Amino acid sequence: MLLFRKVMLATPDGIVPGELLVQDNKIADFGASLGRPDGAEIIEAHGAVLCPGLVDMRVSLGEPGYEYRETIESAAQAAAAGGITSIAVLPDSKPAIDDPALVRFIKARGEEIGSVTLIPYAAATRGCKGEELAEYGLLKAAGAVAFSDGRKVIASSRMMRRALSYASGFGARIVQHPEDPDLAAGGAATEGARATMMGLPGIPAAAEAIMVARDIRLAELTNGAVHFAHVTTAEACALIRQAKDKGLKVTCDTAPPYFDLNETAIGDFRTYAKFSPPLRAESDRLAVLAALADGTIDAIASDHQPRDADDKRLPFAEASSGGAGLATLLAVTLAQVQAGTLTLAQALALLTEKPAKWLGVEAGILRKGAAADLCLFHPDRSWRVEAGKLPGKAQNTPFDGRALEGRVLGTWKAGRRVFG
Amino acid sequence: MWSNHVLMTNRHLLGIQGLNPPAITSLLDLAENYVLLNRSGKTQRDLLRGRTLINLFFEDSTRTRTSFELAGKRLGADVINMSVSTSSVTKGETLLDTAATLNAMNCDLLVVRHSQSGAPALLAQKVEASVINAGDGTHEHPTQALLDALTIRRRKGRLDGLTIAICGDIAHSRVARSNMLLLSMMGNHVRVIAPPTLMPAQIGSLGVTPYNDMVEGLKGADIVMALRLQKERMNKGLIPSEREFFAFYGLNAEKLAYAKPDALVMHPGPMNRGVEIDSAVADDPARSVIKEQVEMGVAVRMAVLDMLAREGI
Repeated sequence: MLLFRKVMLATPDGIVPGELLVQDNKIADFGASLGRPDGAEIIEAHGAVLCPGLVDMRVSLGEPGYEYRETIESAAQAAAAGGITSIAVLPDSKPAIDDPALVRFIKARGEEIGSVTLIPYAAATRGCKGEELAEYGLLKAAGAVAFSDGRKVIASSRMMRRALSYASGFGARIVQHPEDPDLAAGGAATEGARATMMGLPGIPAAAEAIMVARDIRLAELTNGAVHFAHVTTAEACALIRQAKDKGLKVTCDTAPPYFDLNETAIGDFRTYAKFSPPLRAESDRLAVLAALADGTIDAIASDHQPRDADDKRLPFAEASSGGAGLATLLAVTLAQVQAGTLTLAQALALLTEKPAKWLGVEAGILRKGAAADLCLFHPDRSWRVEAGKLPGKAQNTPFDGRALEGRVLGTWKAGRRVFG
Repeated sequence: MWSNHVLMTNRHLLGIQGLNPPAITSLLDLAENYVLLNRSGKTQRDLLRGRTLINLFFEDSTRTRTSFELAGKRLGADVINMSVSTSSVTKGETLLDTAATLNAMNCDLLVVRHSQSGAPALLAQKVEASVINAGDGTHEHPTQALLDALTIRRRKGRLDGLTIAICGDIAHSRVARSNMLLLSMMGNHVRVIAPPTLMPAQIGSLGVTPYNDMVEGLKGADIVMALRLQKERMNKGLIPSEREFFAFYGLNAEKLAYAKPDALVMHPGPMNRGVEIDSAVADDPARSVIKEQVEMGVAVRMAVLDMLAREGI
């Protein structure tokens, strides 16, 4: 038995002072005062927030295929340190997760490690090659939560139409990396003043809007459900807002780099700020924040992409895209609470309840009888992000040197303390 | 003589970005001395005796490499040319391997040309030598801009208040970028002339005025710079043909007539005659300063090596 006292409880009805009792790996009760159950270990945390363990809806793992970047075990450490207890895993590993056995493998690895639930996506097309449909029915039965080609766009309109259409028969969603591949070809940074100054080939914001517009239209045509990963532009947010107003099955997420940083972060060829899609103009960053605040964006995902130094220490255009994001997901999001853009309740919902609901998993909400996946954090306690000292193997953070407020004090998975 | 009152000093010369007008003026003043010295024939100096200059070229170049080689030798440095053909390189990994090798050789001055924007900046983080960017991708080519500035200053007697038109493939030109930065920083009106497919996004943010119509862009110009058009741009379909490009953006006498009567014609070389520039213009001794640019190149590079070896730019 474990009793949290003097915490701020992030309940579905609001953030209220109270207590929470864990018994038999489950949330036994919570409320203003629970008395003193016999034999309970007591954690008193003045002013700290106790929320459901974070649900990160998009993570790339190095394993299988790129273990030099990260193993599932090291990613689990980083997740626990970030207060994350469930992660949805992209399928574009090596091999791609396009077979039921591989879906079961990912789930089983999560169960083996125990500190984090791994929720597998499966490939939308065989080998994530964009050519043939994967076996959605069998993959879903094995535990795949949705279908995606990961960091690869499903480029062909015909392929995307079929994917949306076929997936709708299984009530499944297609997750798209929305970027027109022809317009983005060879690009290394968002097209604009910064890329021009640095002599880097640009990717126009329109590359995202065009793919979003196309896929909204295809979702309408097929009655399918499309989810846009990491939206980064004002245009894409506006299109998605419109589609939602129309009642189409369209959802989206974004990641902290896109609402915290803009194109200037690439500074003097800083490859740790190289992302796909690229960091955008300040006006786009502000539009993403507005879309988070008004509910257009359904979730915040870390979009964690482990890379090692050799992947990054290259001339900018040749360097690999992506950043480590597990350990900084909560704190970078909380910076928007301090800035007044989001309320704490909104921020936490985007990190817990909303992605869990989207994934259809039993998590992300404080509920009696639910597994005690919990994150205890202090919203005001500050820390500094230091590449090289982050938990886990992947150190490729774009936030190196940043002082952040909001520190995870402890993480519990099914009642067992896995961090802090 | 060059002055000491430069506030900012850099150990490397990676671009015009990062320099300030006093630093540029100091460099040009010093280069001016080297022009006189070179012309007098008293070229061998021992300023860099015992120092090693390595020309590290990942991209073919004859004139820039030769110019740096001559500059280094005239200052007494030991000059070594390393050409690394990009085909034999497994991408950038060798870039840092090369850096390690160069550190072991105790190289003092490293002149780098690379096909990737930012490659010299990456090397500069890893080598102990002073790095001089001799052209990186579509980013910068600072010594070219400095030699162009010296050529202009000597011919026009000043480096401010001039109207300068840069024509051609602005999007893919490192020469254009460095020149735009330098010339606008020094207080000139810089215009860039290109078809829209060869004009970079938000070019106005660099403080220059873009033109798609060459005649409009050349009107009243004091200086006309033509840029080399690389054939691969056509292969990528950015322009339909050489003849169309020449018809609308090639510098010939007819178009040049819209510039000021004493406007100078410049080109960083090597020229594609009949593509971006007509021979009649390129070879007109009254207008063309293309050969003088080459001479200024050696003097400017001597000044750069001198300043970096002594106390930074």
